Amino acid sequence: MLAVADLRKSFRSPEGERVEIVNVATFALAAGEQVALRGESGSGKTTFLHLIAGILAADGGRVTIDGAEMTALSESQRDRLRAEKLGYIFQTFNLLQGYTVLENVVLGMSFGPRGADRAHAQAMLGRMGLGHRLDHFPRQLSTGQQQRVAVARALANRPKLVLADEPTGNLDRRHAREALGLIREVCRENNAALLLVSHDEEVLAQFEQRRDFAVINEAMKEPAR
Amino acid sequence: MTLPLIIYRSLRQHALSTVVTAGSIALACGLLMSVWTVKTQSQAAFASTGSAFDAVLGARGSKLQLVLNAIFHLEASPGNLAYSDYEFIKRHPAVKTAIPIAVGDNLRGYRLVGTLPELFTDVELAPGKKITLQPGGRFFSADPTVKEAVAGSFAAEKLGLKAGDTFHPFHGLTYDEKNQHAETYAVTGILAPTNTPMDRVIWIPLRGLQTMSGHDPRAATDVSAVLIQLRAPTAGFMLDLMYNKQGNRLTFAYPVGTIIAELFSKISWFDRVLELVAYLVALVAAGSVLASIYNSMSARQRDLAILRALGAKRRTIFGAVVSEAAVIGVLGALAGYVVYFVLLTVVAGVIRTQTGVVLEVWRWQPVLAFCPLGMIGLCALGGVVPAFKAYRTPVAETLAPVS
Repeated sequence: MLAVADLRKSFRSPEGERVEIVNVATFALAAGEQVALRGESGSGKTTFLHLIAGILAADGGRVTIDGAEMTALSESQRDRLRAEKLGYIFQTFNLLQGYTVLENVVLGMSFGPRGADRAHAQAMLGRMGLGHRLDHFPRQLSTGQQQRVAVARALANRPKLVLADEPTGNLDRRHAREALGLIREVCRENNAALLLVSHDEEVLAQFEQRRDFAVINEAMKEPAR
Repeated sequence: MTLPLIIYRSLRQHALSTVVTAGSIALACGLLMSVWTVKTQSQAAFASTGSAFDAVLGARGSKLQLVLNAIFHLEASPGNLAYSDYEFIKRHPAVKTAIPIAVGDNLRGYRLVGTLPELFTDVELAPGKKITLQPGGRFFSADPTVKEAVAGSFAAEKLGLKAGDTFHPFHGLTYDEKNQHAETYAVTGILAPTNTPMDRVIWIPLRGLQTMSGHDPRAATDVSAVLIQLRAPTAGFMLDLMYNKQGNRLTFAYPVGTIIAELFSKISWFDRVLELVAYLVALVAAGSVLASIYNSMSARQRDLAILRALGAKRRTIFGAVVSEAAVIGVLGALAGYVVYFVLLTVVAGVIRTQTGVVLEVWRWQPVLAFCPLGMIGLCALGGVVPAFKAYRTPVAETLAPVS
C-alpha cells in the first residue's frame, strides 16, 4: 500500500545552511497494516508524513501509494491522489473554524471520489458520538470532540492509507484511548493501512507493530566519529 | 456544493467587510446606472416633448430661452410680439399650424398660459396622440371672453384642482400672494397626463390672459410666442433666413430638436463630471474588494491550507477566491438596483416638478444589464490578486511548524 525509498528532504536554516531533516532509505506498509512510529519532537516525523501525503515536495526518492508514485506526480495530481487515497489526522486537528461539524466532514469528502455524501458524513459523526453536534462549530466543542471530528473527516472517504500525526497528543488518557480505538477500528473495517506517529509510550504500546523513526531516518543519526 | 459552501462560509466569516464592500459596489453601480438613465431618458424626453412643434416664433433674443419658455414653460419670456406677427405667420403658406401663447400670470407658482382651443383640438403631441381630458371635463370655451381654465394633470394634483373649482390668478410668473388678480376663473376640465411640461400648466383663453386686470393695456393684443408646425422641414430654413438673418425684430427658433440638443451639449460637462465620479466610485469599489479580500488572506490562509491538505486543488482555491469576489460583486449589484431605483425616483420627481418631463423609473435600459455585469467582472478581476496569493499558500508551512 505504501512504499518509501530513498526519501530525502532538507531545509535551509536561518544561517543559510542546508539541513537535512528526512532521509529514509526504505519504509513500507501493507494494506490493513497498522504501524506506530515512535519519534521525539523535532525528529522530522511530521515532515515525513507531509512528504508521504504530498503536502511537501521531496528533494529526492520515491513515495508510492497504492501503485501511484506520489513523488513523480504534478502538484494537482498529488492533490487528487491525496483526496482519493489518503486520510490525514493532524495533531492540531486543523478543523475549519468557520464551518459546522457536518460541513467540516462533508467538505473533506467533497474533494474525494465519493463526493459530498452528507448521509455518510452524518453516519460517521454519529459513530463518533457527535450525532447531536452536527450544526455546532468547532469552537463550541471540547478538545476531545474536536479530535473526533478530525478523525471522522479523515476516515469518511474510506481512504486506503491513514496518516495520524500525534492524534491523541491533545487529549486526556480516557479520550486518547477512545479516539485511538475508533481510528484503528475504522481502519480495520476498511482494510486501510494506518501509520501513526507518536512519542506517547502508552499510545505506542497499543500497537503490535512499532518502529522507531530515529532508526529509519538516517538524517537524525549522529555522524560517525 | 463545495465551491458555494466555501464562498458562503468565507463571506459569513468576514460579514462586516462583505457588507461594507458590497455597499460601496451598490453605490457605484446605482450611481452609474442612475446617471446614465437620467441622461438618456431626459434627453429623449426633452426631444420628444419638443417634437410636437417644429419651431417657435418670439421676440428677438435667445432661441434657447424662447424654446424653454414656450414649450417647457421654464425661464422668463424674452418679450412679446404683436398679434399681427402671429397672423402673418399663420397665413404663411409654409406653416401648417400656428398656436399663439401668452404668459405672465400664475396660480400659486404654477404658470397660467393663455392660448387658443386649437392647441387641444388640432395639435398632436406625437403621431396619433391627441391631448385628452380626464373624465367629466371639457376644454374651455372658444368664446374668448369666458373665464374658463383647463389644468394640466400635475398642476391640478399639486393644487388640488378639479372640474368645477374656481380660482383667482396671481400676477407674474412667481407666486406672490399680494399680487392677486380680481378675475375669477372656473376649471372646466383636467388634462389627462401627457408626461410633458403641459402637465405643469393651467391653460386659459389667450384673450383672458392678455386682458387680465393690471396688465398693460397697450400690450392687450400681444402674444409671448407662437408655436409652429411646418408643412415641410425645408420651409424652416426659409423662415429662419427671413426672421433671423434678414429681419432683426423677431426670433425664429428652428429646429426645436437641435436647440434642445444644444442645451444638453451646454450641460454635458455636468454629465461627464457625474460619470467620472461614478467611474471613480466603481474603481474604488473594485479596489476595496481587492483590499478587503487581500487583507483577510492572512487570517484565512490556514483554512486554505487545510482545504489543500484535504485534497482541494490549487485552481479550486484560486477559483473560490475569485468567485467570492464576484459574489460580493453580485450582492453589490443587486443592492445597486435598490440604490438606482431610490435615486432615480428622487431625481425623476425633481425633474418632473421642475420641468414636467417624466422619466420612467421602471423602464428597462441596456445599462441596467451592462453596468452590473461590468461591476461583477471588475470585482472578479479585483479578486485575482488575493486569489493568486491564496494559490501560492504553502500548505505544510501554514498548517503547522515542522516537528
